[in-house]
Amino acid sequence: MTPADKVLGLRNDIDQLIASGSADLAAARLGELWHNESSPAAAAFIVSRVEKLRGRIALLPYRVAILRSFTVEPAVPLLRAAAFCYGIDLQVHVGDFNGYMQEILDAKSSAYKFEPDAAILALRTSDCASDLWQDYARMGSADREEAARRVVGTFEQCITSFRERSRATLIIHTLEQPARLSLGVLDSQVEESQAATIRTINRDLQNIARREPGVFILDYDALVSRHGRLSWQDERKWLTVRLPIAAHQLIHLANEWLRVLIPLTGKIAKALVVDLDNTLWGGVIGEDGMSGIKLGTEYPGAAYQALQRVMLDLAQSGILLAICSKNNSDDALEVLEKHPGMLLRPKNFSAMCINWNDKAQGLREIAAELNIGVDSLAFLDDNPFEREQLRGSLPEVCVIDLPEDPVQFAPTVRDCPVFERLTLSREDQQRTALYAQQRERSHAEHAFQSKEDFYRYLAQEAEVAPVAPATLARIAQLTQKTNQFNLTTRRYAEQQVSEMASRPDWQVLSIRVKDRFGDHGLVGVAITRDENSVCEIDTFLLSCRVIGRSVETALLSHLASGAKARGCKRVSGWFLPTKKNAPAKEFYRQHGFECQSQNGEGSLWVLDLNRQQIPCPDWIKLSVRNGEHS
Amino acid sequence: MTPTILEQVQQIASDVFSVPKESITENSSPETVETWDSIQHLNLVLALEEKFGLQLSPEEMEQMRSIGQIRATLESKLHSTPS
Repeated sequence: MTPADKVLGLRNDIDQLIASGSADLAAARLGELWHNESSPAAAAFIVSRVEKLRGRIALLPYRVAILRSFTVEPAVPLLRAAAFCYGIDLQVHVGDFNGYMQEILDAKSSAYKFEPDAAILALRTSDCASDLWQDYARMGSADREEAARRVVGTFEQCITSFRERSRATLIIHTLEQPARLSLGVLDSQVEESQAATIRTINRDLQNIARREPGVFILDYDALVSRHGRLSWQDERKWLTVRLPIAAHQLIHLANEWLRVLIPLTGKIAKALVVDLDNTLWGGVIGEDGMSGIKLGTEYPGAAYQALQRVMLDLAQSGILLAICSKNNSDDALEVLEKHPGMLLRPKNFSAMCINWNDKAQGLREIAAELNIGVDSLAFLDDNPFEREQLRGSLPEVCVIDLPEDPVQFAPTVRDCPVFERLTLSREDQQRTALYAQQRERSHAEHAFQSKEDFYRYLAQEAEVAPVAPATLARIAQLTQKTNQFNLTTRRYAEQQVSEMASRPDWQVLSIRVKDRFGDHGLVGVAITRDENSVCEIDTFLLSCRVIGRSVETALLSHLASGAKARGCKRVSGWFLPTKKNAPAKEFYRQHGFECQSQNGEGSLWVLDLNRQQIPCPDWIKLSVRNGEHS
Repeated sequence: MTPTILEQVQQIASDVFSVPKESITENSSPETVETWDSIQHLNLVLALEEKFGLQLSPEEMEQMRSIGQIRATLESKLHSTPS
């Protein structure tokens, strides 16, 4: 069967599966089609079939508005098809052609009416800085500086106006460099160069975005240069239909958009689980032995080292690494501990499952050990059979399709959008170490007679504090990522959290915890709102790292006494069940709340502050920090 | 068996316009296919460019007002370009 026959057959299969009601299988086949053929035609096919499947498969809805100065419509189906493969039902609103300014300024514009979760501001340099683009050689020095300042000022105005009218995340394209500079090679010799002027504008944009919560930069110039400026553009299409990008490059723009959107949707991988033989090194350790496997600075071993280097980078952004390999444990550990070509060592892995069991079983165990959902795992294996089998038994895992050539392993993993992050907290950078401490803690736990003894031994210290600029990103991140101990699973962007905190009747609290084994960092969030003497808990969550050691009681205790001090008579809160938050189900009942009502979405619980108190467990030393702090 | 140019065009048009492949004939045009508007025409052109690895000029895009004309345009272009 030729590849062309295969994708044709797939289309027929998909339509039959949809007709016969097998929605999940149809969705899986649509993913396969996109993997085989990421073309505009396949994208159109996938988008139209997803419309038919909506409501029958689990997809996360997300809304994006694109404000632009050029034709982007043909990239939209590509973006939607790609997003679908990561479980996202993306609705896209494209603003009026070159009407971005009016749309941002008009609070009633269709862009705001669309109520996007995120907006992308995509401007061509030739549109928003046309003098710098086409008249640069003939401009005086003062005019050049003035033009650059004006462009940055326009962007600042866009950001301010947008923020006044919308809480959506804003993604701004950097300005691209011209493929042919106005001054030619002279441009690189002079101080006031055209390229340097555009670089300065882009650097200023990055600085502005770093200051503004919920504003992020998409480096469009880097994207264009990565794919080749001359091959990126299609001047004829620009002049006729105002599409500046060549047909075969549109997929790269769509993928880059997706790389920024994935971390915003929360559809990220928290751990990368890797195979060993022919994935982390070339060859099979059980057959080739320590001296036979390929791993080192020369080809082909260098390709495997390149992959290991990517994995070390991922660990720096807080992605946990784990091993799932069918192997003799001793053979594998010898390589991990002693092989001179290994860049990864046992300490880099937070879980290892090296045995001859089925890999689906291994991944379930790894998820349980790391205390994360199976759908937060990404799986890397050179063996297509293992990948297919895993897709069949654990469809929620993100299975990475490795090409056959090991040289392509590192770039394939690097390109995978589930590893992208837009912010990096201190917790992210230390995550591997935190999990290592966690393992020591679990060992200690087994040695105690009662839970309380163990809690006392832990010597936990908790500090509650209101949200501060330094903790805003982590608090928003926790609302976006926490699935298990989360009473309402409400997801908030940074700017939404900061808006709530600015209101007098709202409280946004965070809790940090440390114990004898180390610092857990900021691990819990509570958001409440006082209304008519009732303190309603909008959000109450705890990172999975500290579930089951009564930190939640400490936080609730502080929340309840604070509410009482403000004159509230009752504390109320919803429990909204999801597939994953069973650990939080009994929380209110266990703390003396009474169930007041129930509806299709969840149950409402109330605590009478005059009759009930919530003491802080005596084994947790709770301190309170008020006001601004670092 | 390699599909003919017409068969490939039919498949792409069926994808882009979200209509069954069998309903696309040489005579299909913006007048007969409801979803064939100017944006979808651009999407069709881009899908063809991507599929056949070529770039269509504004004049050629203008000419392509039916599936038959698209086939003819592609055939003359593919045969005149040494590959």
